[in-house]
Amino acid sequence: MKKEAQILSEALASQLGESETLWAQLRRMAKQNKLAVASAVLLILLLLAAVFAPVLTPYDAVTGDTANRLQSPSAAHWLGTDEMGRDVLTRLLYGARISLAVGVIPTLVSLALGVALGMTAGFLGGKIDYIIMRFADVMLAFPSLLLAMVIMYTLGGGVVNIFLALALVGWASVARVVRSETISLKESEYVEAARSMGVSSWNIMLRHILPNCLPSLIVLFTLNIPSAILSESSLSFLGIGVQLPNSSWGLMVNMGRQFLYDAPWISLAPSVAIMLVVLSCNFLGDGLRDVLDPHLKRG
Amino acid sequence: MSTLKSIGKRILGSLPVLVGVILVIFLMLRILPGNAIVTMMGEHVNEANIARMTAELGLDQPWYVQFWVYLKGLFTGDMGTSLKYHKPVSDLIATYFPTTVRLAAYAAVVAWVVGIFCGVISAVRKDKLVDRLFMGFSLLGVSVPVFMTAMVLQYFFAYQLKWFPLQGTTQGFLSYVLPAIALGWNSAGSVARLTRSTLLEVMQSDYIDTARAKGRGVAGSVLFHALRNAMIPVITVMAMQISSLLSGAVITETIFSLPGIGRLCIDAISGRDVPLLQGSVIFTTLLVIGGNLVADCLYAALDPRIRKEA
Repeated sequence: MKKEAQILSEALASQLGESETLWAQLRRMAKQNKLAVASAVLLILLLLAAVFAPVLTPYDAVTGDTANRLQSPSAAHWLGTDEMGRDVLTRLLYGARISLAVGVIPTLVSLALGVALGMTAGFLGGKIDYIIMRFADVMLAFPSLLLAMVIMYTLGGGVVNIFLALALVGWASVARVVRSETISLKESEYVEAARSMGVSSWNIMLRHILPNCLPSLIVLFTLNIPSAILSESSLSFLGIGVQLPNSSWGLMVNMGRQFLYDAPWISLAPSVAIMLVVLSCNFLGDGLRDVLDPHLKRG
Repeated sequence: MSTLKSIGKRILGSLPVLVGVILVIFLMLRILPGNAIVTMMGEHVNEANIARMTAELGLDQPWYVQFWVYLKGLFTGDMGTSLKYHKPVSDLIATYFPTTVRLAAYAAVVAWVVGIFCGVISAVRKDKLVDRLFMGFSLLGVSVPVFMTAMVLQYFFAYQLKWFPLQGTTQGFLSYVLPAIALGWNSAGSVARLTRSTLLEVMQSDYIDTARAKGRGVAGSVLFHALRNAMIPVITVMAMQISSLLSGAVITETIFSLPGIGRLCIDAISGRDVPLLQGSVIFTTLLVIGGNLVADCLYAALDPRIRKEA
């Protein structure tokens, strides 16, 4: 009898999708999906390499050694040197600081904006919902790079402005997802129960709806990082993103372009780095989505 | 009748977005500190001239009056005058647009044909070696930055092998081959992944079993029964790709020196030419909205369930 009750409650829990804690789900992913684990390891290693760049490399990222201009890859310079005789690997590690920050910070800001606006729209409904979502429609109608270009034109180049531009471009798609989740959660019985007990709207949103959006948000976070990194590299490649003396991978590609035929490694190294990070984030995001949120599909 | 009605409804529904897009760009380019007139007149600038030009261009009016004038102009095809080229923005767009259309069209052919082909083969040969290869190729396409593909293709096939021109449009179709592949690969990846997953879903439905039971082979059931239904969501994504193709065109046109709208945008930014930037971004975005509208209508025409709901 007791066993039956246990089976029943487990079945019920799994139907509600609450059979596992977040950590248990992550552990399940680690067991099933080796590619996602390898990607996570690669990203962590890269992050550490970017942080500890000064310890890892004997060269300077800013001042060059003009005697060693445009050297092809060798034992001394694994990825060769650039037009000012700077070690490409060293510049890659220092550039990773900005490129990775651009992946994470604007994505977090756009998540915060998207959650705030999407949840407000979904929870309150009516005119506020209409206004917020039409604004989101307008933002989503733009080709994202063109919108980012116009924002960068208005704000001017620089790292902080890239954060702002990419956050402004990214919030709308997050708001759409959060809004639709909020609308379906709003009708659920526990929200109704909370409301009947006199819990304020603010508390319902914060304590009941937000935690339930968390799995989708984690997936969106990992899948939006690569698009932020690609956007930054495109903007910097076009010369309207990160400005010298700062350096990001996109800017390195742009600078190396003039020497493409004589020293292709200057542009190729940061391009491959971008590709690896984007690929890893995609693998990790796909893996997370499979365990956390099977409903969220990706185009 | 009902189809026409639902199409009309969709067109009306996209009007607020249309006006919103124009408003957002218009306002964003006017928050800018600094004066467009000063940029335009360069060295010959003095207070009186600035005041005269400001009044002539209507820049002393409140923003909503300026916006109304601009909106009225747009309906008659008047997008203002470029500060850099001293020509009507609409003329410049008309000159540069055909290149972008050709590039985007060739890239779309690459994206859709390669994408659907890879997706179908992958679905039919699920978990076999071909599937793994094609899906790896697709994922790579989604992850590789457009400028990387473009530069690698340019380096090997134009610089080393000399099969294609390095830059420019002087050699007609040949000039577009590398840019189109560079631009199309990314979208091909998304199309292939989606085609595979929807096709796999459709293949599990009862009517495919029925077709198989009636003696249709795998190829026949895919081609004549499954693909038609699997394509419905793919078409929407294909239309959404127009947006990313036009975004990517900016980069491809820069690398291959193609005189298209993307180059016009970059020119406008470096020349601080607000009317030109505003015109080309708004024009491109309106195209995207139009493309999505067409996809919406196609979707409704293909899927009777949606037609009824609308």
